[in-house]
Amino acid sequence: MLFKFKTLNSSKNNQIKSCFLTTESSKKKNGLNIKMYNILSKVRPSVRYLIDKKVFPYIFCQKFNNENTYIIHKKNLLLSLLVLKNHINFQYKILSSVSGVDFLSTQFDKNFRFAVVYDLLSLKFKNRLRLKVFLNEISTISSSCSVYYNANWWEREVWDMYGIWFDKHPDLRRILTDYGFDGFPLRKDFPLSGYIDVSYSADKRRIISEPLELTQEFRAFTFESQW
Amino acid sequence: MNNNVPLIKNSFKTILKKTESKNQLKNFTINFGPQHPAAHGVLRLILELNGEVVVKADPHIGLLHRGTEKLIEYKTVLQALPYFDRLDYVSMMAQEHTFSLAVEKLANISVSQKVLLIRVLFLEITRILNHLLSVGCHAMDVGAMTPFLWAFEEREKLMEFYERVSGARMHAAYIRPGGLSSDFPVELLSDIKVFSLNFSDRLAEIEEMLTNNRIWKERLIDVGIVSHKQAVDWGFSGVMLRSTGIAWDLRKNMPYDYYQHLNFDVPVGSKGDCYDRYLLRIEEMAQSLRIINQVIDELDNKIYDFSSSNFENSNSKSSLKYNVMKTYMEDLIDHFRLSTGSVVLRAGETYCATEAPKGEFGVYLIGNNTEKPFRCKIKAPGFGHLQSLNDMCKGHMLADVVTIIGTQDIVFGEVDR
Repeated sequence: MLFKFKTLNSSKNNQIKSCFLTTESSKKKNGLNIKMYNILSKVRPSVRYLIDKKVFPYIFCQKFNNENTYIIHKKNLLLSLLVLKNHINFQYKILSSVSGVDFLSTQFDKNFRFAVVYDLLSLKFKNRLRLKVFLNEISTISSSCSVYYNANWWEREVWDMYGIWFDKHPDLRRILTDYGFDGFPLRKDFPLSGYIDVSYSADKRRIISEPLELTQEFRAFTFESQW
Repeated sequence: MNNNVPLIKNSFKTILKKTESKNQLKNFTINFGPQHPAAHGVLRLILELNGEVVVKADPHIGLLHRGTEKLIEYKTVLQALPYFDRLDYVSMMAQEHTFSLAVEKLANISVSQKVLLIRVLFLEITRILNHLLSVGCHAMDVGAMTPFLWAFEEREKLMEFYERVSGARMHAAYIRPGGLSSDFPVELLSDIKVFSLNFSDRLAEIEEMLTNNRIWKERLIDVGIVSHKQAVDWGFSGVMLRSTGIAWDLRKNMPYDYYQHLNFDVPVGSKGDCYDRYLLRIEEMAQSLRIINQVIDELDNKIYDFSSSNFENSNSKSSLKYNVMKTYMEDLIDHFRLSTGSVVLRAGETYCATEAPKGEFGVYLIGNNTEKPFRCKIKAPGFGHLQSLNDMCKGHMLADVVTIIGTQDIVFGEVDR
């Protein structure tokens, strides 16, 4: 369901990129079309595919439950966000949230382990849109703080939880976990119980952290359904 | 030795000179919280002060982090639901409701009209609950004790309604994916009616204490002004956004449940200061009362069949009939199977947002054809508001920090998750 981009090759990517460089006259034409799309949301998917691709370069578009998701290449992220925020026919002025997803242990390619998801909201058109960028374990992504001011904390949270590094982020510190915390807790290979046990030691009269010892191993019921 | 003496003298002189030329004080850094009562729980705020003026505010959050999102990935939908009560623990049902909507979207469940009405009824009760605490605690932080006590008296009555439908005063787990945990008791509606008749007077009393109070006005007016553009840039929602003059309420602009059939107004501020936000909260309570009255009338006038609400049209083969469940063995088995086994979330994803009392509360849910959510991201309005604290506090006095934290209506259950 989620990803068809595996079939994508690099030549297609380049094509997409070239699509973005349109002339002034065609931009206007595109603009008109997109306005129509915003009003008439029930345009045929194939048509919409052609319209939008010229405005910002995306790899794949999916519509699920009347929600639009665009998967883009990470090098096009800032460009796409900028267009979606400032283009008169989009005006996704508000960034609702940035979330990370870990696709480990699913059947997907190692190059697409993580996803960073941007939820945008357009007050003008009463519309939501989702942008998705896929990453592998070692790649970084450019911070969107320059486009959306409030991406700051959301990205800090993704860094804290998934260990995805945001380039040129003004203040990339851990945010939700404890001072001196090690590891990225929302990754799928991080155990639910964690690694350390924090308690108060009456002898030492301070908080101490010890390696976790469980009397019973945490039982992960991996079968799909009890029934 | 002889060579060294003048050297030391010289260096000492230069140090003296430097201090004389730099005859200014360094900025003073203090810890605000996490035990400070005005920190609304566990906010650790590191304030850089120039005299009494705030230069920089750096909130350190996460002291209440419980890993809710991680825990939900290991739980079935019904087991995950009670976590949402414990996020923002003063507007419990609003969050259950958002999660339920997201699950219903993914599992293709529709609910009956009566369920929608009861949901709206309790959502608005929740809004009043939240705003009473918000205004009351804000007033107490600023120095007014009485409205807090009066507000908590009313809150107690509302939590009694919670208790009567769910058995719990706060963490109700009442609104569930596919419907509600149970129908409400018979006399509840008339009691809520009585409450709503009296509450407008209580509200007027609280307003009488505050709205024209000189101290209250001096503390709030022109403090924490947010412009139209700033509110959008900082990703505000709810009262914080509306106080700047943007008429944006998800109940009106992207209606869900039964809201498109109800009459209510969305109050909008003009200046964007703390006083505006206080007035908005008071007015929203009045509007919630209006909605409650409409819903009660609606529920009174028609006889609704509650039978076909739970898990209707879900992935299960037969829909659940509540009234026959107690009569036939097969239906009882079916009910047991559904209530213990939960629903299967389709492979897909959804971002579901509702107008919680504090702002836009969103759940980004990814399913993978199992009973457990693959990923459940919680978008808490407080998290987004708190990160603008630095910008809002800059240039204000230390005492105004308390006012601004109060006006943001922050609860750390949802900020830290």
